[in-house]
Amino acid sequence: MAVKEKPMAQEVQKPGWKSIPIGGLILRGGSAEEFQTGDWRTEKPVWDGEKCTNCYLCWVYCPDMSIVLEDGKVAGVDYDHCKGCGICAAVCPPKVRAIEMVLDRE
Amino acid sequence: MGNSALNEAVKSVALTGNEAVANAMRQVHPDVVAAYPITPQTEIVQIFSTFVADGLVQTEFVPVESEHSAMSATVGASAAGARAMTATSANGLALMWEVLYIAAGLRLPIVMPVVNRALSAPINIHCDHSDTMGARDSGWIQLYSENAQEAYDNVIQAVRIAEHPEVNLPVMVMMDGFIISHGMENVYPLADEEVRKFVGERKPHYTLLDADNPITVGPLDLQDFYFEHRRQQAEAMFNADKVVKEVADEFAKLSGRQYDFFEAYQLDDAEMAIVVIGSTAGTAKYVVNELRAKGVKAGLLKIRMFRPFPAARLREALTNVPAVAVMDRADSLAACGGPLFGDLRAALYSAGKRPLMNNYIYGLGGRDVTLDHIRTVYQDLEEMLRTGEVKREINYLGVRE
Ligand code: SF4
Ligand code: SF4
Repeated sequence: MAVKEKPMAQEVQKPGWKSIPIGGLILRGGSAEEFQTGDWRTEKPVWDGEKCTNCYLCWVYCPDMSIVLEDGKVAGVDYDHCKGCGICAAVCPPKVRAIEMVLDRE
Repeated sequence: MGNSALNEAVKSVALTGNEAVANAMRQVHPDVVAAYPITPQTEIVQIFSTFVADGLVQTEFVPVESEHSAMSATVGASAAGARAMTATSANGLALMWEVLYIAAGLRLPIVMPVVNRALSAPINIHCDHSDTMGARDSGWIQLYSENAQEAYDNVIQAVRIAEHPEVNLPVMVMMDGFIISHGMENVYPLADEEVRKFVGERKPHYTLLDADNPITVGPLDLQDFYFEHRRQQAEAMFNADKVVKEVADEFAKLSGRQYDFFEAYQLDDAEMAIVVIGSTAGTAKYVVNELRAKGVKAGLLKIRMFRPFPAARLREALTNVPAVAVMDRADSLAACGGPLFGDLRAALYSAGKRPLMNNYIYGLGGRDVTLDHIRTVYQDLEEMLRTGEVKREINYLGVRE
């Protein structure tokens, strides 16, 4: 089967090995925010602000810092980075259950 | 030996290889040493920890629970801007494996003495080179030593090579387990101040602890940039050639001892030569002298720098030697000879004139290499010269059948 070759143009625009920092370093902090990992998920947490008692357990346990706080209060989920592990739902106290995991199909 | 014995510039001191290397480390005075003991390297860390306890160095000594952690802690310290060292042997090196590549990939100038020892199984604590030969493509510079003096000198030079801004790569310094590490020899150490001045302060470009200039170390590096970073590593290895020479020349001015990528011994007019790494070179030189006294044009080439492999220089040095025996103290188990044999043959492929070459796997698990063993190798070379044929390409020297 004939394979159509992709033009190289886009790649050429990226900097080459002579000009980028060595060792894969990024010369600033916090750049992980720009790498969106939210599309890896199969389930997503849905947070219910009515039920939430603001105990912070989900915020403490979330491995991806994806529980969003506003003015010191839990305000929802950062879906650009949440990987859908379900830890937040599991640690939310049984009497509260303010987070429910639902299939994420879009 | 007394801890302060080396504080004065002394003419010579009787030291084991391990003592010599531990003292080189004391004089280099790294900021951090994280290590785990393993025979035959144990003494290096043990002696160094005594220096720490006695206040002779201000090094942060981290006694970790495994070699994987030793290398990981060393990587962390080095990324934080510290001059960091560790040391290991054999299975300890094997346990570091994953992190060896990380140290090289992050371009951290870590210096690690490795006391060569056979890998398990069967378990064996004695010398061969299979541990570090396995790590030859991990991106570390590798310097091998013939004796305690060379191990001492190589550790000091390694710091400068590793931290050179055009290199920024980790360096392993090897010596033969027990034969060198526990054998006592006369060593001519430098004075503490001389070493401190020679190695200077580490000047990292970026460090994790520089809060005003935050950096990210070890981020994900996918299809669009990983290749470029590997290309940079390759370039650093090409640059190392020049830097290793510069550092050796500067070290010669200080110590009177001139190092090179390899040592050519009676090689200029040689009709036959052995290529060898480590302590066996001493034994083989004795046989070369013996043969020369009889008028036989025997020579020897001892490899000091195995990574990067000085291929062009070796090609030049060996192209005019009609018969060459390559001695490997490690078997690649690839059914095509040892690692040095493979690299040397590749280096000579593009030579106008190529020697007849064969390979000897020898000394595995600390098996003694005697003068008689070396004599038989030169006898084989004589026959090779006479007949113009390589009778057997891969030979196992000193093994019972
Ligand atoms: S599902 Fe996992 S990643 Fe997403 S918010 Fe909850 S704990 Fe964080
Ligand atoms: S764990 Fe549940 S109750 Fe606690 S803050 Fe999170 S969502 Fe609210």
